[in-house]
Amino acid sequence: MKVVIIGNGISGITAARFIRKLSNHEITVISAETDYFFSRTALMYIYMGHMRFKDTQPYEPEFWTKNRINLMRAYVENIDSNAKKLTFSDGKTLNYDKLIIATGSSPNKFGWPGQDLQKVGGLYSYQDLENMEKTSSSGIKRAVIVGGGLIGLEMAEMFHSRNIPVTILVRETDYWNVVMPPEESKMISRHILEHHIDLRLETELKEIIDNGNGEACAVITNKGDRIDCDYVGLTAGVHPNIGFIEGSGIEKQRGIVVNEFLETNIPDIYAIGDCAEAKNPKPGRRPIEAIWYTGRMMGETVAHTICNKKTEYTPKLWFNSAKFLDIEYQVYGTVLARPAENHASFYWEHANGKMSVRLVYDKNTKEILGFNLMGIRFRHEVCEKWILDKTNIETVIENLSLANFDPEFYEDYSSAIRSLYNQKMGKKLQSKSKRNLNIVLAFLRG
Amino acid sequence: MSNSYKVNVKPQQINTMQKVGLGLGFLGLIIMVLSLFGIIQNPKLMLTIALSSVGLGIVIFAINQYKGLPLGIKNNGNWFTDISSKGTFAWITGIVLTSFYILLYWYPLYLGQGSGDAGNTGLIALFDPLSIFLKGKPASQWFVYGVLYTLAILGFGIKFILKYRHNKYQQLRTISVMFFQLAFAFLLPEILQGLNQPYYNFANMWPLNYYFFDKWHVNGLLSTSNISLFMFGFGLAMIFLISPFLTYKYGKRWYCSWVCGCGGLAETAGDSFRHLSDNSLKSWKLERWTIHIVLAMSFIMTIAVVGTYLSEMGGTAWITRSQFMYGIIAFLVVFVGVLFKYRGERLNKDEKIGILSVAAFVILLILMNQFSGQGNNIFFKDSYSLRKWYGFAIGSAFSGVIGVGFYPILGSRVWCRFGCPMAAVLGIQQKFFSRFRITTNGGQCISCGNCSTYCEMGIDVRSYAQKGQDIVRASCVGCGVCSAVCPFCA
Repeated sequence: MKVVIIGNGISGITAARFIRKLSNHEITVISAETDYFFSRTALMYIYMGHMRFKDTQPYEPEFWTKNRINLMRAYVENIDSNAKKLTFSDGKTLNYDKLIIATGSSPNKFGWPGQDLQKVGGLYSYQDLENMEKTSSSGIKRAVIVGGGLIGLEMAEMFHSRNIPVTILVRETDYWNVVMPPEESKMISRHILEHHIDLRLETELKEIIDNGNGEACAVITNKGDRIDCDYVGLTAGVHPNIGFIEGSGIEKQRGIVVNEFLETNIPDIYAIGDCAEAKNPKPGRRPIEAIWYTGRMMGETVAHTICNKKTEYTPKLWFNSAKFLDIEYQVYGTVLARPAENHASFYWEHANGKMSVRLVYDKNTKEILGFNLMGIRFRHEVCEKWILDKTNIETVIENLSLANFDPEFYEDYSSAIRSLYNQKMGKKLQSKSKRNLNIVLAFLRG
Repeated sequence: MSNSYKVNVKPQQINTMQKVGLGLGFLGLIIMVLSLFGIIQNPKLMLTIALSSVGLGIVIFAINQYKGLPLGIKNNGNWFTDISSKGTFAWITGIVLTSFYILLYWYPLYLGQGSGDAGNTGLIALFDPLSIFLKGKPASQWFVYGVLYTLAILGFGIKFILKYRHNKYQQLRTISVMFFQLAFAFLLPEILQGLNQPYYNFANMWPLNYYFFDKWHVNGLLSTSNISLFMFGFGLAMIFLISPFLTYKYGKRWYCSWVCGCGGLAETAGDSFRHLSDNSLKSWKLERWTIHIVLAMSFIMTIAVVGTYLSEMGGTAWITRSQFMYGIIAFLVVFVGVLFKYRGERLNKDEKIGILSVAAFVILLILMNQFSGQGNNIFFKDSYSLRKWYGFAIGSAFSGVIGVGFYPILGSRVWCRFGCPMAAVLGIQQKFFSRFRITTNGGQCISCGNCSTYCEMGIDVRSYAQKGQDIVRASCVGCGVCSAVCPFCA
């Protein structure tokens, strides 16, 4: 059987690897972007000089030949689902028995004047990075970044690492407060300013100015300010990259619509990762989740389905992690910027203003619902088990050291957190476990 | 359509105070270079100036590199900066370091080492005042080397601590290597020598210390005093009791990245080059062969030397040469047997082949030697010339010239990774008989590659992390940098 996968990102490659593990199918992975799979999330580190491009590739070139995964550099222009045939931009064609679409996202553009000028770009693809690099080589006196999300801050960090002054325009009152609770959002805003990055809150892009040569030279904000710059980063979110499926008969809304088995409306065509939109998302989950981890899980799931073990995509528990300049961030379970009616949250912040722990729980049942962590590492499996077991918040507080995942010799703040809880709630909870790998493993088995 | 990423970055500007630091450092080095030509008059004063300006220079540079920056990982521009990305300065530094090692090991005359009754001249004479102060004897090339080595670990150790001032594990570890280098590897042996005791570095042990079982060394320790007897006992205890116990509990890091001088230099002066260590599958394969071959060679060499020693003792030792030789065979058989019986499932095919063939080779060699009437000869060479050859090829050329000289080109742990027999022994213990492992955090890995890039041992950490597996590798020295540079809390 011939399995063809469009897209060599984490979703497509995970699917290919698992299909190889489970079967002897012929596998072809098509990419218009790069020869080999690389870690998209690491693009920033190439620009910052932490790594070379090849360091971001998790597998050596021999891996693909050894595992009989054909890699093909091409751009798919048309899908003929009746003839089960792909047509490429160079006119060549390829037949498939099963097709997996894993083409990821594209940066959003909201119809801003000047959005298609030179020296304007997002940060998603390898080509975006090349574009940034090319512009940098002709000298950037200032960069302006539009959008207050993770990618915007990553881009700011990139320019900042090369001592290029950066302005970030954020529509909201604090950085990323559509996702983050207010305290954490404020913490990040403070940290951005600490790095001398010009963060402009409640400011939107109005227009990008052409220098006369088709290149951006300044932006005008909704407050009427003009900011001169040599690069404009557009990082106001992403949308599924599915323009090429036009006319194929594959059902789409914002993304390609899939059922719980990641199947599209057309037999033998599947969609996974950023470009897939769940018809019936699981409770508490969004229809499109454009993050690394979900892409990887979908890739593994679809591989099973294709290899005759029809498997439903059932993501266990929401989690995500990132790094805002120097502050690490983890979230497990449900932590909302605007909490639901029955949610209560307990928040502890270190005096240095760079570390915090937030525990979200159900007001009525006292069950733990989520963890939001800044500058402190918690152990994934422990948090997951607590949430899935509907553990009482006080049991969590008493055993907080179990979750600690900071390196050795780091201060364990569990007791500081516990005493704040005791003080606020008028309790006298004591510590019931200590930080120790064997105890953790026993807990996870138990 | 292939992707070849080109960067076009101006070299990062260094600030005025950093330039002052660099200038001071070079001033010290220039004084030392000038001393080579015998044009330094007042060695006491000039040595003080040279050493303090190198030390101060490094510290001033480091303070001003990290001053005012928020706490966090400081790897910006590593692949763009000439010295840390195999640029011109890196090659020049590599060549200068390599030449220094060649002079040091084989042509100390040119450094000014006096022979016979003639006093020192040149660079070595420059260090006489300090040597006389410490032990009442003029300097030797090894004294000069020890001073410079210790200075590098202390200076760059401070730089490393400043760089990682947000990370307590890194700080403690660095303070530890600085302490062991200064106190145990440098000061204590020098002072003991001043008290007419044999040279002994408590932080070094067999088989890294390949002369431990040499006749002159053993005799020196056994016959000098109670202190030296203690040294001998301590050395044996380190090999057979202390080291296996600590490795069982903490992994080989207790030695390789907390105590050892080679490791100490790699972690401090070598830190700017750690990302240059090759992390391909090919170099992993190569590494496993070379390090274990060196281990086998040091093992054979030591057996030969001890065997000769015992036969020269005649019957006066508590064990005869034959008993010793058969004892070694028994040890090897038991060791391999235990390994296969209890840890067989952790061995892959080529590891099994490797272990069996090396053990069989050593046993065969001993048997051939026992029955051929070659006496103290192995490979038709007597044990002392074998020992001399090992010292030349491994002790000097590999560990020094390639190991340190090539820092700016091959990364900081070439010796530790491809050659050190001590690391090989501890690695086997770590992989098969230790509780130490680095755990990864569930599904958090995004395969970015920082961990693999910054692993000085060239371990592809990412290949474990992205599968959510624990990292159990013989070569891992537990420096903890993979965890430190991980941006996603994995």
